[in-house]
Amino acid sequence: MVKSIVIAGVGGQGTLLASRLIGEAVTSEGYDVKVSEVHGMAQRGGSVITYVRYGEKVLSPIIPLGEADVLVAFEQLEALRWSNYLKKGGLLISNTQKIDPMPVITSKVEYPNDIVRVLSEKIENSYFLDALEIAKKAGSVKTVNSVLIGRMARDSEIKKTTWLQALEKTAPPKFIDINIKAFEAGYNYGI
Amino acid sequence: MKQLLLANEAVARGLYEAGVTVVSSYPGTPSTEITETASKYKEIYTEWAPNEKVALEVAATAAIAGARSFCAMKHVGLNVAADPLFTMSYIGVNAGFVIAVADDPGMHSSQNEQDSRYYAQAAKIIMLEPSDSQEAKDFTKRAYEISEQFDTPVLIRLSTRVSHSQSLTSLEDRADVQLKNYVKNPQKNVMMPAMARVKHEIVENRIKMQKEFALSTDLNQICIKNEKIGFISSGIAFQYALEAMPDASYLKLGIVYPISEDLLRKFASSVEKIYVIEELEPVIETACKACGIQVIGKEVLPITGEYSVELIRNRIFGTKPFSYMDGYDMSKVPKRPPVMCPGCPHRGLFHALNKLKLTVTGDIGCYTLAALEPLSSMDTSICMGSGISSLHGFNKARGDEYMKKCVGVIGDSTFIHSGITGLIDIVYNKGVGTVIVLDNSITGMTGHQNNPLNGLDISGNPAKQIDLVLLAKSIGIERVRIIDPFDVDESVRVIKEEVNTMEPSLIIARRPCALLKTVKYRGLVVVDREKCIKCKACMSIGCPAISFKNKQIEIDASLCNGCGLCVNVCKFGALNKKEE
Repeated sequence: MVKSIVIAGVGGQGTLLASRLIGEAVTSEGYDVKVSEVHGMAQRGGSVITYVRYGEKVLSPIIPLGEADVLVAFEQLEALRWSNYLKKGGLLISNTQKIDPMPVITSKVEYPNDIVRVLSEKIENSYFLDALEIAKKAGSVKTVNSVLIGRMARDSEIKKTTWLQALEKTAPPKFIDINIKAFEAGYNYGI
Repeated sequence: MKQLLLANEAVARGLYEAGVTVVSSYPGTPSTEITETASKYKEIYTEWAPNEKVALEVAATAAIAGARSFCAMKHVGLNVAADPLFTMSYIGVNAGFVIAVADDPGMHSSQNEQDSRYYAQAAKIIMLEPSDSQEAKDFTKRAYEISEQFDTPVLIRLSTRVSHSQSLTSLEDRADVQLKNYVKNPQKNVMMPAMARVKHEIVENRIKMQKEFALSTDLNQICIKNEKIGFISSGIAFQYALEAMPDASYLKLGIVYPISEDLLRKFASSVEKIYVIEELEPVIETACKACGIQVIGKEVLPITGEYSVELIRNRIFGTKPFSYMDGYDMSKVPKRPPVMCPGCPHRGLFHALNKLKLTVTGDIGCYTLAALEPLSSMDTSICMGSGISSLHGFNKARGDEYMKKCVGVIGDSTFIHSGITGLIDIVYNKGVGTVIVLDNSITGMTGHQNNPLNGLDISGNPAKQIDLVLLAKSIGIERVRIIDPFDVDESVRVIKEEVNTMEPSLIIARRPCALLKTVKYRGLVVVDREKCIKCKACMSIGCPAISFKNKQIEIDASLCNGCGLCVNVCKFGALNKKEE
């Protein structure tokens, strides 16, 4: 059995760090792991998607469409864009933050105003949270990724201590405490 | 102990373990991290060269001089380095010499989708292709053995999804490899007609021997699970194919050039129906068909773009993936093209060029994004260095008068890479164009590599900094101006003056990349609602932090870094910086 997690967001939001954190956590649990990243031009404020797969033996580092167990979206529009990666019964965790893409800023198209409704209707296991606001309360807008990973960790089969150890290994040393705070806020969100 | 490594990091680890001591490269996505990682091993001398041709020549000759050496580049970088590549095939090596080239199917960060395997064929250099990080490390080490065994450079082909995927890799110790003797031997190392004629025969013979090697080596693997259906593949496509067709037999090619016909025949004799699954060009397919083996390839699988598990399943078995979004029109979802970052120094300069409605010959870098709305200020972009030579092309096609509404732009690293020669062409051949060097003190798009214009070496230690003003003067450009691209009015004034001067001129637009740690913009811009007349001038700079919502200008505080460019652009004093 291979588990597949899609992380989607906007370049600069910290999706790469999030996928590395998950990679670190599942590696320490002894799984075979592949983490696929995005570098270069696509990172510059574009739509960024990274993949983590783990299990007994992982082949493709890229998750096939319709086969992701979990989609963690850092932004609403990105949740919508990549929602077709989820398998039947898959889990969607999405930030409600909106970041206008350039075609919206230049008024070429409108930002859809019904994303949360559409996705909640279609996807049974979908959860939305204002991770930006939670991150602010934790102490820094830069910890949105830890909030979302925290929320995802709650529904994973991996122990909380493993997640926290991975967080300590991957977060920038100066910001470990604040990221742990954000992770806890995400983990305990809505409980 | 296994570690989660990018294949690029695994190649670097392979260099370390193989006892490599010299690495020279030029950055290029998706190859950059190989050399960055190599630079962290103190046993390896590592450098950023001005371009791929220089890098390949440095590394090649280090091998002739007796050191195991290496050079990495992206696919289009191999075009630049093609000249020494072809002749190094004739010369061969002394100590092992390996070149990694990273292709970019799907063009995540490239201007074309060329397939580097054709270079291996054309230059007659053996090429290995790993499919994950463990293989990337193992194949790198094997490449040095092959290089020394067959007296040849060895190419390693990577691709974006291999280079930028992490997978578990076991680490070993560094081999104790001594510097080989260097013995003067012009018959081998000086390629002029008489010597090269002899060498060409040797190269042809070498390929024959390597085909025999390809038949017997475990770098190529045959697995027969099923007599009805099988596939031939290599690299990342192999991983996709094996996941899509887990019960099929396969021939996995670790050596993609030369391909052993006998190996293909051996596999074909055991399997009835064979698919060739390879991204981009039909290289393996052509090899099969040339020796009379019936295979199915590009008639069902695309020649363009990336492959995936679901694409292979769909084209071969006709299956469609599950989607929660069936019935929802996904084409309605607004696209999110990449944009210049908040605080990007290029934004100010291209805003000025857009205001002046100039024809802009462009180049390769983050600033190529200026071609998109709303900056919309780039007319052409071909390759590294073209920003300058294209300007001269416009000049000679449309005359000197046209140069009053035309500029060429190029980044600092790109200028050093291959812009200098274009500038010399303008001066020497009586051009009158205005060239703007976008000097952001770093090689930006590939993720911040130092270069000869910023005065730092690959490890961040001080290096001799090239003085761009003196350089321009010394090749005969009398007019050199320096501007701050965030001072839009001054930039417009200077650019106007220079394009109207009928002689070559150079403008240096100098402001560092906003992502550099040394750049510390503070605070946040806020809108003064009373002063804002909603003219949307601030939106014309294309900053992702500025949008028009609920009928007013909004600044997204999570994106704004307080760079202040929009404050300079607003004529009504409606945008102000608030210190945090």
